[in-house]
Amino acid sequence: MGWEMTASLVVFFVLAALAVIGALSLIIQKHPIHSALSLIVVMVALAGLYLLMGAEFVAAVQIIVYGGAIMVLFVFVIMLLNAGVEEHTSISKMAGVPGLLLVVALAGFVAAAIARSAASVQSVSQSGTMSSTKEISGMIFKDFVYPFELTSFLILVAILGATVLAQREKS
Amino acid sequence: MNSFLAANAELLITIVKIVLLLFIVLTVNAYLTWFERKVVAHIQSRWGPHRVGPHGLLQPLADGVKFLFKEDPTPAGVDKFVYFLAPLLALSLALTSIALIPFGPDPIRLFGHVIYLGIAPPDVNIGILALFAITAMGVYGVALAGWSSNNKYSLFGGLRSSAQMISYELALTMSVVGVLLMAGSFNLKDIINAQAHHPEWGILGWNVWPQILGFFCFFVAAIADTNRAPFDLPEAEQELVGGFHTEYASFKFAMFFIAEYTNMITVSCLCSIMFFGGWLSPFPASWTFTHYLPSAVLIPFGLWVIWDGIRYETIFGRVILPVVGTAITALGAVFVFASNVNEFIQGPFWLLSKILVFLFVYVWMRGTLPRFRYDQLMSFGWKLLLPVSIVNVVLTSFAILAKMQWGGK
Repeated sequence: MGWEMTASLVVFFVLAALAVIGALSLIIQKHPIHSALSLIVVMVALAGLYLLMGAEFVAAVQIIVYGGAIMVLFVFVIMLLNAGVEEHTSISKMAGVPGLLLVVALAGFVAAAIARSAASVQSVSQSGTMSSTKEISGMIFKDFVYPFELTSFLILVAILGATVLAQREKS
Repeated sequence: MNSFLAANAELLITIVKIVLLLFIVLTVNAYLTWFERKVVAHIQSRWGPHRVGPHGLLQPLADGVKFLFKEDPTPAGVDKFVYFLAPLLALSLALTSIALIPFGPDPIRLFGHVIYLGIAPPDVNIGILALFAITAMGVYGVALAGWSSNNKYSLFGGLRSSAQMISYELALTMSVVGVLLMAGSFNLKDIINAQAHHPEWGILGWNVWPQILGFFCFFVAAIADTNRAPFDLPEAEQELVGGFHTEYASFKFAMFFIAEYTNMITVSCLCSIMFFGGWLSPFPASWTFTHYLPSAVLIPFGLWVIWDGIRYETIFGRVILPVVGTAITALGAVFVFASNVNEFIQGPFWLLSKILVFLFVYVWMRGTLPRFRYDQLMSFGWKLLLPVSIVNVVLTSFAILAKMQWGGK
C-alpha cells in the first residue's frame, strides 16, 4: 500500500478535515444558525468525498437534498422562531462522565473496524461501483423494490399525519 | 519554462478560460443592467439612461465606479461573520454555475490542444444535477444576508426567500425530469444531442414541443428561484424597504446584484439547452444558406450603428459609435469570408441568440407583470406548478413506454 501524496489523497484529507472541523463546530457553536451552517459544511464535504469515490449521482443528491432542501428548512425554522443564543443550564454536569466514556468507546469501535478492514478501504475508494445512475435505479426498482416501496409508504403516512395535525379544527 | 508550459498545459488553459469567462460574464452582467433599464424604460414610455456616453452605454461603468467608491458602513449588531459571508456565497455560487454550461459543440484546436467552449469538460455525467446542487445552495446567500443584518425587514426578506425556495425547488426539479427521460442522461451535451435525432426537423425536433408543460413549470419556477419579478417578494421595495439587502451598501450590495444577474444568465442558458435545442439551429440541416444568418444580422446592425453614430448629438458619440459599428460590420464580414470560422460560430451564435431572447423575456415580464401576493405565490407553487410537473413526468413516462412497446425498433 503506497502512501505517496497523490492529488486525490490531498483532496481527501482537505475534505475529511473540513467534515471533522464542521462537525466539531456544529457542537461547539453557541448560536443555532452557526451550528446549522457548520452542518452544511459537513454535508458539502461529505458530498465532495462521494465525488472523490466516483459516486457522482450520490454526491449531487447529497447536496441537493441534504445541503439544499433539508438545511434550508432548518435555517428557515431557526429564522422564523428567531432563536437566540442557546442557554446553558448547569443541571447535567454529571452527563459529562458517561458521555466521555461513550465517546472513547465509540472511537475505539470505529478504529477497530477500520483497522480490521484496512486492506479493503483503499480498494473501495478506487473502484467506484455506484457511479452510474442506471445501476442505482436498477437496485432501487429491481433488487430492493419492496423495502423501497415500504419506505415510501412510511413517508406517505408521515406526510398524511403532518397534514392532519396541521389542519385547522372544523368549527 | 517551455517544459513547464507543456506539462501544465491543461491547467493553464483552464485558468485562462476561467479568467476569460469571468471577464465576459461580468461585462455581460453590467450591460444587462443597461439593457434592463432601457427596455423597462421603453415599456413605460421613458428614455432610460441616456446621459453617460452615447445612448447611456457608459452607464454601467459609472455605476460600477459608484459601487466601488461608496461608503461601506457595517450596521450595529450584525453577525459579522455571516454578514460578510452571505454576499460572497451568493456571488461565488452564481459564478460557479456558469462554469458548467457548455457554450458550443465544436472544440477549438490550437497548437495540438483541444479546447472546448465552457470550463467544465463536456463529459460531466451529472451536469444538470450539479447545476441544481449549486442553485440549491444559492438560497443561503439571500437567507443568511437577511438573518445576519439585524433588521426586521431584512429578516422578512430572508424568510420569504427561503420559503419561496423550498416551495419552488420541487417544481423546478420535477419539471426537467421529462427532458431527462427523453434524453436518458444528465449530461447537458447529451440533452442537446438528443434533440437533434432528426436533423431535417429543425425547430420541430426540440424538447419544447413534447415538453411544453415541463417548460412552463421550469421557466416559472426558475424565475421564482432567481427572485425576479413577479416573484421578487424577498426584496419587495414597497413592503420591505430593500428586503434582504437593505443593510448592504457599496460593493457588498453590488455582489448581490451581480449574483442575481448571473443567475438570470444561467437560467436562460438552461432553458435554451434543455427545451430549445441549445446550440442547434432552428432550420433543417440541409438549409446551408442559413449559415450566413449571423452575418445577415451583424452587418446591417453594424451599418445601422455607423449611420446612427454619424448623426449623434455629442462629439464623443459621433466618434465612438461609428468605430463600434465598423467593428461589428467587420466581424460580420469575417463570418462570411472565412468558411471555417463561419462553421465554428454556428453553435455559439444560436445558443447566444436564444439566451438573449430569454433575457429579454425576463425583463419583459418584470416590466409588465405585477408582483404576486404572498398567499398567491404559495398556492401557485404548491397547487398548480407541482401537480402539473408531476403529471408531465407521468405522461412522458407513459409515452416513452408506449414508444418502446410499439415503436417498432
